[in-house]
Amino acid sequence: MRIFVPRDSGAASVGVETVCRAIVDEAARRGLAVDVVRNGSRGLYWLEPLIEIEVAGQRIAYGPVAPGDVPGLFDAGWLDGGAHALCHGPSEEMPYLKKQTRLTFARMGRGDPLAFDDYRAGGGLAGLQRALSLSPAEIVAEIDASGLRGRGGAGFPTAIKWRTVMNAGDGQKYIVCNADEGDSGTFSDRMLMEGDPFCLIEGMVIAGLAVGADTGYIYLRSEYPDAWEILENAIVIANREGLLGDDLLGSGKRFELNLFKGAGAYVCGEETSLLESIEGKRGLVRAKPPLPALQGLFGLPTVVNNVITLGSVPWILANGGAAYQAHGMNRSRGTLPFQLAGNLKCTGLVEAPFGVTLRELLYDYGGGSASGRPLRAVQVGGPLGAFVPAADFDLPLDYEAFAAAGATVGHGGIVAFDDTVDMAKMARYAMHFCAVESCGKCTPCRVGSVRGVELLDAMLETRSGRTNDDTLLRDLCQTMLEGSLCAMGGMTPYPVLSALNHYPEDFGLAPKREEKAA
Amino acid sequence: MHPESPPVPTQADLLPALHRMQAQFGYIPDQAVAELARTYNVSRAEVEGVIGFYHDFRRAPPGRRRLQVCCAESCQAMGADALTAHAQTRLGVGLGETAADGSVTLEAVYCLGNCACSPAVMLDGRVHGRVDAERLDALLAEGGEA
Repeated sequence: MRIFVPRDSGAASVGVETVCRAIVDEAARRGLAVDVVRNGSRGLYWLEPLIEIEVAGQRIAYGPVAPGDVPGLFDAGWLDGGAHALCHGPSEEMPYLKKQTRLTFARMGRGDPLAFDDYRAGGGLAGLQRALSLSPAEIVAEIDASGLRGRGGAGFPTAIKWRTVMNAGDGQKYIVCNADEGDSGTFSDRMLMEGDPFCLIEGMVIAGLAVGADTGYIYLRSEYPDAWEILENAIVIANREGLLGDDLLGSGKRFELNLFKGAGAYVCGEETSLLESIEGKRGLVRAKPPLPALQGLFGLPTVVNNVITLGSVPWILANGGAAYQAHGMNRSRGTLPFQLAGNLKCTGLVEAPFGVTLRELLYDYGGGSASGRPLRAVQVGGPLGAFVPAADFDLPLDYEAFAAAGATVGHGGIVAFDDTVDMAKMARYAMHFCAVESCGKCTPCRVGSVRGVELLDAMLETRSGRTNDDTLLRDLCQTMLEGSLCAMGGMTPYPVLSALNHYPEDFGLAPKREEKAA
Repeated sequence: MHPESPPVPTQADLLPALHRMQAQFGYIPDQAVAELARTYNVSRAEVEGVIGFYHDFRRAPPGRRRLQVCCAESCQAMGADALTAHAQTRLGVGLGETAADGSVTLEAVYCLGNCACSPAVMLDGRVHGRVDAERLDALLAEGGEA
């Protein structure tokens, strides 16, 4: 009798450990033998702790389970899939899960993240095996065919980056995984690292084979202690099993992987700042060029990719670039693990092809607001992403469509706000966040953000809608947009200007147009 | 490419060394700065610069307990402002401050990756989700009064 109890830190944050103890104790009290498997999260976070019982080869979901529910669940015969108010039927048949297209997250939540045999049985290593039979140029060609673009936010074609590093001579090169997932509303990197760590490792090894790099670093933010522990263990196991080390799956090729802990600086999610940080310095952004692909870590050619970018690579190699490319729209190919957060009823991870609309994500998956009030604004793509008003909820999630609307898909984080949100305050927060996290190298970001806070404080105080405040704020944003060295200062104007443009009444300005109801 | 000679300490080891030191002492003491500068062959100013840049590193001992309240957007959408205000009143300290009796340090943090269970806090290194004022009080009471 297998009971799946997630070990994911999100589930832990809402008390799964206490529930786990309650299940073990209650089973012992009743003299029942149960086999508790600590799996990753399915990503249905609003139902966490979500417990699954394996009945006749099928998993039945119960959640959210509180410790006090456990005796009642045993009474209801949950070990045989018995009916209960918390029962959602077979997990795989739940619409939230069934409607998704899980490619990168195919194994997510199915088993123990550190069980290497499960990884292999679930399709793991097929990508690496195929890559070992290909030349570097053929691996890059497969990535090119997939249309994969950087999932960290910039959306740069992965194959172009890899080809540049591949062609950058025969010396020492590096693969650096950017796991400094600091955007609010995003947690897909964390989930993948905690729930399917070998997938990320396999993706990095394939990247190494493609570009001729035998050393990798995962730059992991310090706010993720559980991911750190799981990755540390996964690297030991991967070395033992030949996924890492001096003889990759018996091929004679080698790859060494190091885990590096960040220290709480948001800006280190910017790739050049991240490289400075690994080198033991202040995380000051570097001017580009030179590109990290040519002069990256320690001045050597380096691939810097996000966790989800690298995590998508094994699937692409195993199933072919064309199969991945078959999903999506326009120049946004494949799937993106969207993250539904903030004021939504059904928060969680939704991997779907590009082209899905915000409305589908917010209402079909998200179930509308958690508070029951109308949704008024949605911030897509983290603290540097624009606020999208209800009138634009039919926008398809596509890099170019969002760019045309003055917004950004970013890392796929979606934070919903109901109609109690004060958008002028959110604009102030965006500037404040930039002031706190700016690396300080360039003036528009370092000084502009502080001036922005002062200006917005004055506007918030009076809300008089003096047009010169408005003009000054727009002028400041323009300077930051055009003059900043990186996206920190260069994109902070996105939330600020979108708040100002779509919700002028919150700033004491005349409403510019009717807001459509959601 | 991978010399087998004993590794020479380089600045690249500085962040891991600072993490180790802080794990041991809870902060980076004065003597350590000079020692690290010598070990990694950089100036003391460089070491101070690195410590000062990263939010994680502190130069003074923290409180016995450490409460980090997430103040990022997703948590704001679910009432983080009220939760932060409650924490400040309850503990009698502002954000970034340590109580006079050394019992607790309160900090703002920007995203714990628990946005689907907002609002979130981290207490002594453990993340808690769906936290309201009542739950926060219970958490603080659990591990010894702060």
